[in-house]
Amino acid sequence: MQPRSLRDPERLLFELSRPGRRGVALPPLDVPAPDRAALDPRYTRDEVEGFPELSETEVVRHYTRLSRLNYAIDLGLYPLGSCTMKYNPKIHEKVARLPGFAGAHPQLPAGAAQGCLRLMHDLERALCSICGMDRFTLQPAAGAHGELAGIMMVRAYHRERGNPRQVVLIPDSAHGTNPASAHIAGYRVEQLPSNERGCVDLGALRRRMSEDIALLMLTNPNTLGVFEGEIQEIASVIHARGGLLYMDGANLNAFVGRARPGDMGVDLHHLNLHKTFSTPHGGGGPGAGPVGVMRSLEPYLPVPTVEKEGEVYVLRHERPKSIGKVRSFFGNFGMFVRAYAYILALGPDGLRRMSETAVLNANYLRRKLESTYHLPYDAPSLHEVVFSDRHLEDTGVHTLDIAKRLMDYGFHPPTIYFPLIVKGAMMIEPTESESREELDAFILAMRRIAEEAREDPDLVRTAPHTTPVRRLDEVGAARNPVIRWTSPQKPR
Amino acid sequence: MGDGHRYIPASDADRDAMLREIGVARIDDLFASIPAPLRLKGPLSLSPAMSEQELWAEMSRRARDDRQPDPGAQFLGGGAYRHYSPAVVDHLVSRTEFYSSYTPYQPEVSQGTLQAIFEYQTLICQLTELEISNASLYDGASALAEAVLMAERTTHGGRVVVSDRVHPEYLEVCRTYLANLDLPITTFGHRDDGSSDPEAARRALREGKASAVVVQQPNFFGCLEEIEAFAAAAREAKAQLIVAVAEPISLGLLKGPGRQGADVVVGEGHSFGVPLSYGGPYLGFIAARQSFLRNMPGRIVGETRDVDGRRGYVLTLSTREQHIRREKATSNICTNEGLCALMASIFLAVVGKNGLRDLAAHNHAKSAYARNRIAAAKGCSLPYTAPTFNEFTVRLPVPADKAVRTLLDRGMVPGIPLSRYFPGMDRDLLVCVTETNPRAEIDRLADELGRLD
Amino acid sequence: MSKGNGIYPEDLKYTKEHEWLAVNGGVGTVGITHYAQSELGDIVYVELPAAGSPVVAGEEFGTVESVKAVSEIFAPVSGEVLGVNTALATSPETINKDPYGDGWLLKLKLADSKELDALMTAAEYRKYIEEEAN
Repeated sequence: MQPRSLRDPERLLFELSRPGRRGVALPPLDVPAPDRAALDPRYTRDEVEGFPELSETEVVRHYTRLSRLNYAIDLGLYPLGSCTMKYNPKIHEKVARLPGFAGAHPQLPAGAAQGCLRLMHDLERALCSICGMDRFTLQPAAGAHGELAGIMMVRAYHRERGNPRQVVLIPDSAHGTNPASAHIAGYRVEQLPSNERGCVDLGALRRRMSEDIALLMLTNPNTLGVFEGEIQEIASVIHARGGLLYMDGANLNAFVGRARPGDMGVDLHHLNLHKTFSTPHGGGGPGAGPVGVMRSLEPYLPVPTVEKEGEVYVLRHERPKSIGKVRSFFGNFGMFVRAYAYILALGPDGLRRMSETAVLNANYLRRKLESTYHLPYDAPSLHEVVFSDRHLEDTGVHTLDIAKRLMDYGFHPPTIYFPLIVKGAMMIEPTESESREELDAFILAMRRIAEEAREDPDLVRTAPHTTPVRRLDEVGAARNPVIRWTSPQKPR
Repeated sequence: MGDGHRYIPASDADRDAMLREIGVARIDDLFASIPAPLRLKGPLSLSPAMSEQELWAEMSRRARDDRQPDPGAQFLGGGAYRHYSPAVVDHLVSRTEFYSSYTPYQPEVSQGTLQAIFEYQTLICQLTELEISNASLYDGASALAEAVLMAERTTHGGRVVVSDRVHPEYLEVCRTYLANLDLPITTFGHRDDGSSDPEAARRALREGKASAVVVQQPNFFGCLEEIEAFAAAAREAKAQLIVAVAEPISLGLLKGPGRQGADVVVGEGHSFGVPLSYGGPYLGFIAARQSFLRNMPGRIVGETRDVDGRRGYVLTLSTREQHIRREKATSNICTNEGLCALMASIFLAVVGKNGLRDLAAHNHAKSAYARNRIAAAKGCSLPYTAPTFNEFTVRLPVPADKAVRTLLDRGMVPGIPLSRYFPGMDRDLLVCVTETNPRAEIDRLADELGRLD
Repeated sequence: MSKGNGIYPEDLKYTKEHEWLAVNGGVGTVGITHYAQSELGDIVYVELPAAGSPVVAGEEFGTVESVKAVSEIFAPVSGEVLGVNTALATSPETINKDPYGDGWLLKLKLADSKELDALMTAAEYRKYIEEEAN
């Protein structure tokens, strides 16, 4: 046995496991135990082979130690572009755990779940106000799920009018979920080029628009953080030929309280509760991706919807033209509670201050970094700004290295190599949660790394140096995938 | 508003200083790129901001509006199951390093999340007795849809054959996903004992090519299926067998479907410590044979080493995913149910090998006791004779939805009236019993059901 | 650094999708070029058709995968697959190290030698990738 050190890697549950250890004790069984032979042995197993055996204390130590290997938003800036890593308010966590919410079974008769139904109803109303849409479905579990549900509604809309159409147009700057979702909904995807401002090329759209295009999906502000100023003209071009306009609302944090998608000619859009509306990212979810629609798409909403009849809230399943369901029950209700609490906590003034400060912070970073890093598009930024590594080309240091070195400075890197239209992109979204001091510290780190790239490029290219692990062999992981632990006695 | 909001640090003084640095006179100037006709003239019509104290009072009031019966007097299943979650689960996922972190794209600062997912993937493989798993999907129903899409991608059968005993919401989600892809669903029926009929599956498979056969274990009506028989039928037809598991606590007692011949197992994992929370967030899981590796949807974590030789974990095989493969991706999923997967891992770690076996045994025992007591209750009968786990169907002397209304007034929810899903099954009630139902409540349930007519 | 400085053997033919073709009698050997493997980065996996499968000029017949990208491979000419390089299943990195030698992908029986006229020479290919890089 080796003496312990502070930097020891954490072993796996299965490596810590010891036979006979127990983490829970159940109350004594208060009914007669059925005869074991009563259930035919062809159905049953003796135990789950390989499952860990640990005491409660060992489990707590294991996960506590694991947690300390993570960076998190409560530790500092997390400037991932289009992710809106904002502060997750703690009272919302308390509220979501109220027994009336957290303990509510989804199969309860509606009469015993009025608090839950009322919250869903009120959240939908609030989102309609904020976004200028006629209705929202809360069912999709994430943004991409919302995109899929939305495109299915579009297809149902067109099918009812005699022709589902074949093509969805997507700008070359779009997030990968856009074309992936369109494909699952049965559409062919065609890319629309961006103009020199990084926005949808209106001329290219005019030339391409025809009756075989079902939908244009655009992100507003786009993935460069630039507002699609011609969105109303874009909507006209599409509507004139019977198509619909979808807005990817991942970047809504940029203009809540200042503008509304419903006024822009948008027919439907999703938003991300885990972005704009502060619900925690959880290391990869859960999120929620509600979809707002205008009246013309209401018939196709997923079921059930929540309706108010007099003073009572009900779940309505009858919607003959509905696309059906995209998941069981009603959606990620726990995230609805948190998002609704956020809207109540901010109010109209707070929501406006939120988008103002998000845009202010991004522009502050842009002004302070634009002489150090290359700005590929000089169109005005709203809530996020995209730089590239072009100024450091001659040093041999690339965007990847800058990102890795930032971790040594105590920051999570921004999004890298996206959007695809910028080579070596660094997409930076600070959000309104950051103080000026935090932004200044980030600016200083970015400037120092640019200096290091010139003075000591190897230091940057071999970063990070001070994190729990250093650069990992991703090639090896993909060539010889090992995606589960296997007992040493068993052959792999 | 001179001060900042408690969630938004910048005070008016901070804002003015930063505006000067940017070289702009007012905040409005930063929004000049929004065309004038689109700019809102007035504030949003929402209620004014609440202090934390007011927010807590408001939300507490709303949560009390439910007037739910005592959890011990609720006998609800049907795709969502009430179990006791040990305190350590919520305690550990409340650590900010877990719940406020992002998807682990930068592995050097995300080893906590990545190692936990690697452990989760292993636990799912062990439970299902299959070789590979992923980092989570949205829920059991959408996981089934993803498995069907994966079957079609790999087998190109052009059709899916599904038991009519699968959860109706799972079937509806599959229909929704498949509606636009020219991929029809054929259903096959069940036997008198309540389990799906392997002969009916064979007949359905003989009608033409199919990518997959789907059954649920235990099925929606609570009955256990003969997985090996469906595996044989699928193999003969060169189709895959997909088994859906809505209540995975059953896997503490029942064989892993992988051992019984399933090619893919999907299911709903929220029974492992995730709150009921009126239907979500939940946890979809998927496990499959090794050969499916490059076709799996969703994120996958793999083991590797860093430049110093330390063992570490990374997201791997990312070329399957939407951010690289775009329209050719194996799925569009991005954000999944990461924190719920972590809850499930912690639950399974602390419950452990022996605890899960005991928990499954308790569920089975209490449910068997309830089943026998209700069968003996006046006017009640059991329409199905197949073995069950913790759910079973009861036939009442009166319409089941009426019985539910009557008993709700007496502080009890006896089960789910099946007419909610199947018009015509008016007197059938789906009853679920878990370790959270004390014997006294089970006895009261049987007594109440016996007094119905 | 000009992309044209990579190695492009004179005796091979080239496609716009960055495959090379060597012809010996009626048998063609196909691989990907130095430029292609350099753009992809470390190759982790290759998907190839079974022996006996037909391939059609210009159509996709497989994929080459790195950590960050997947590239479809397109048939330079039509024909029938005679055999694939099975060593790549365990050592896909051979394509990076030796794209024209041990990193060959498959051999096929040519269906129509007239299709060779549509392919590029080494000089034409060098010029093509110079233009594409700019």
